[in-house]
Amino acid sequence: MDWGLFTIQMLNGVQLGVLLFLLAAGLTLVFGIMDFVNLAHGSLYMMGAYFCATLVQLTDSFVLGVILALPLTALLGWIVELIVVRALYTHDHLDHVLATFGMILCFDTAVDFIWGPTGMAIPLPEVLDSHIDLFGGHTFPVFRILIISTGLAVAGFLYVMVSHTRIGMLIRAGASNRTMVMALGVDIGKLFALVFAVGAALAGLAGMLIAPITEASIGMGNEIIIVAFVVIIIGGIGSIKGAFVAAMLVGLIDTMGRSFLDQLLKVFMSSESAETSAPALSAMAIYILMAMVLAFRPQGLFPPKVR
Amino acid sequence: MIKKITALAAMGAFLAAPAMAADKVKIGFVTTITTPAGVIGQDMVDAVNLAMEDIGGKMAGLDVELIIEDDGFKPPIGKQKVDKLVKKDQVDFIGGFIWSHVLLASKKSALDSGTFLISSNAGPSQIAGKQCDKNFFSTSWQNDQTPMAMGEVLNQNGVKSVYVMAPNYAAGKNMIAGVERTFKGKIAGRDLTKWGKDAQLDFSAELAKAKASGAEALWVFYPGKAGGALIKQYEQAGLRDTMPLYTVFTVDSIALPKLQAGNLAGVMGSRNTQHWGPDLDNPQNKKFVSGFKKKYGHYPSFYAAQSYDTIFLIKSAVEAVNGDLSNKDGMRAAMKKADFPSTRGKFSYGNNHFPIQNFYLREVVADADGVWTTKIVSTVMENHQDPYAAECKM
Repeated sequence: MDWGLFTIQMLNGVQLGVLLFLLAAGLTLVFGIMDFVNLAHGSLYMMGAYFCATLVQLTDSFVLGVILALPLTALLGWIVELIVVRALYTHDHLDHVLATFGMILCFDTAVDFIWGPTGMAIPLPEVLDSHIDLFGGHTFPVFRILIISTGLAVAGFLYVMVSHTRIGMLIRAGASNRTMVMALGVDIGKLFALVFAVGAALAGLAGMLIAPITEASIGMGNEIIIVAFVVIIIGGIGSIKGAFVAAMLVGLIDTMGRSFLDQLLKVFMSSESAETSAPALSAMAIYILMAMVLAFRPQGLFPPKVR
Repeated sequence: MIKKITALAAMGAFLAAPAMAADKVKIGFVTTITTPAGVIGQDMVDAVNLAMEDIGGKMAGLDVELIIEDDGFKPPIGKQKVDKLVKKDQVDFIGGFIWSHVLLASKKSALDSGTFLISSNAGPSQIAGKQCDKNFFSTSWQNDQTPMAMGEVLNQNGVKSVYVMAPNYAAGKNMIAGVERTFKGKIAGRDLTKWGKDAQLDFSAELAKAKASGAEALWVFYPGKAGGALIKQYEQAGLRDTMPLYTVFTVDSIALPKLQAGNLAGVMGSRNTQHWGPDLDNPQNKKFVSGFKKKYGHYPSFYAAQSYDTIFLIKSAVEAVNGDLSNKDGMRAAMKKADFPSTRGKFSYGNNHFPIQNFYLREVVADADGVWTTKIVSTVMENHQDPYAAECKM
């Protein structure tokens, strides 16, 4: 076993987990507190990436681009909540799914109109575009370290906010029993709008962080939103802690599967069939985990206390 | 008097032939328009439209009707679209097809109906070998060939070991088989990654494995947006200093503008193999590249060049039979001659209707205006025929 490689792959797994957490945090709050299924959460992730790409090209600075794009994505989330989502709270889940699926199509087409179908690259400053040397000749890209630290910082911030502030108390209360919170005279409309906007900004941030690695492209959110749903189901809907743990689990399982499963399979398979089946199996692994969680602990690993 | 009669007779023959047959040539073109891979499809459609303009919308005096269909990057949808083109539109030719798995799923519908099927890109080994068909033609290459050329380049550069990465689908496997066919050194490791609509774009784990394998070079096949992503991550991981990158169908004029916008200078000087290049010196290619740049403002990709060729191949067939579209044998015989101006220059067709053609080594350079493009460095394989042709009983 090459422990250096193992460490690198752990870091890669954590980096994927952190990105998933940023997406899942908003999704789980919106689903848990407002009981609203938002398929278009991935579109906000995409919009964040496009806002950031445009602003980086205008300002020539990645940091400035992110700082400006964050409130912009939050604003977009707020507008979406105001115009579309607010009218849907009283409807059932099927209506949510239909409406937000329609929103995905609108966002994808809007991006096609505004930015064209080609996708956009986000150039990074030289400091972030390089790599650092680790032990044993291994290297790790600086930008991925930035992703990990940003994600952990956001997780810490959310933890403090949710567990130790008044607004966090309301969010937790909302996740546990919405009707009671309303009955106690809290302006639930404002709370919902705030949560939705924060969720949008977090999704946007994830988009801004992944785009310099891949690119901003149409439909980028539709690919990852499924995994984000898997994360919140594993973690327990409405729980930030659950989202964090599940995101890490999913990130690590996916990365480790891609890294080592083929070698494992080669022990009892021909090398060609191992190489073909390993990517398929590692893509399946997180869904197998979800199925197991649903079978043995359907409320998820860390469900919010008392519904 | 006699002169007049001959002239009249000639005119009569000329007028009569189209009158006997259908009143227009119908061409179906199946490619990927939606999904992020739609960028490639757009380049192909642009090239087809340019070709239509360049031929004045006519073949042998007949109007040409072009029906473009979107396969959505999915084999079942590609098949549905081909069924529709064959049954509802009753087209005479079907061109297009970026993806090998889409082509493999769709080919039966087209070929069973006796419609000519022309692949403007995909070249899966199955169609080149045992499943070859008299009505199938390619204006591109068989999948194995371009990586075979790259294997030769690796040998020439004295590379002893290489790590290979490709997407997990029909063409990805062909490409790996191709490079392994000619490369004499050791394959230090292989990775096949998830492909399709939700393709994997983050290659952190694979690149770390490649580095740990200690291979001297990295060889990849990543068409479309995955290519740009891979090159960026290759740079960010600092592999450029230790593991030179060799690519096929990854660095092209679809990826380069984006890489340039992102200023990923690491791609400059990187080398890839191809049967064509925008700087290839022949009259048809010059006309095509300058026309394309004038109309769309950027370099055409090889997908575009092959699509442009598709229309001219069809034109040569329709003209050989004077527009008598019922004369399938005549059109087939004409296409087999490859007697049309191709952007790659003169080539011939093998028994399996795949081109026997040259493959070149290309290098990424900046052109006179500073735009990133590729320049042909040398010819790696001359008049090369794919390795599956022998399995084709035709």
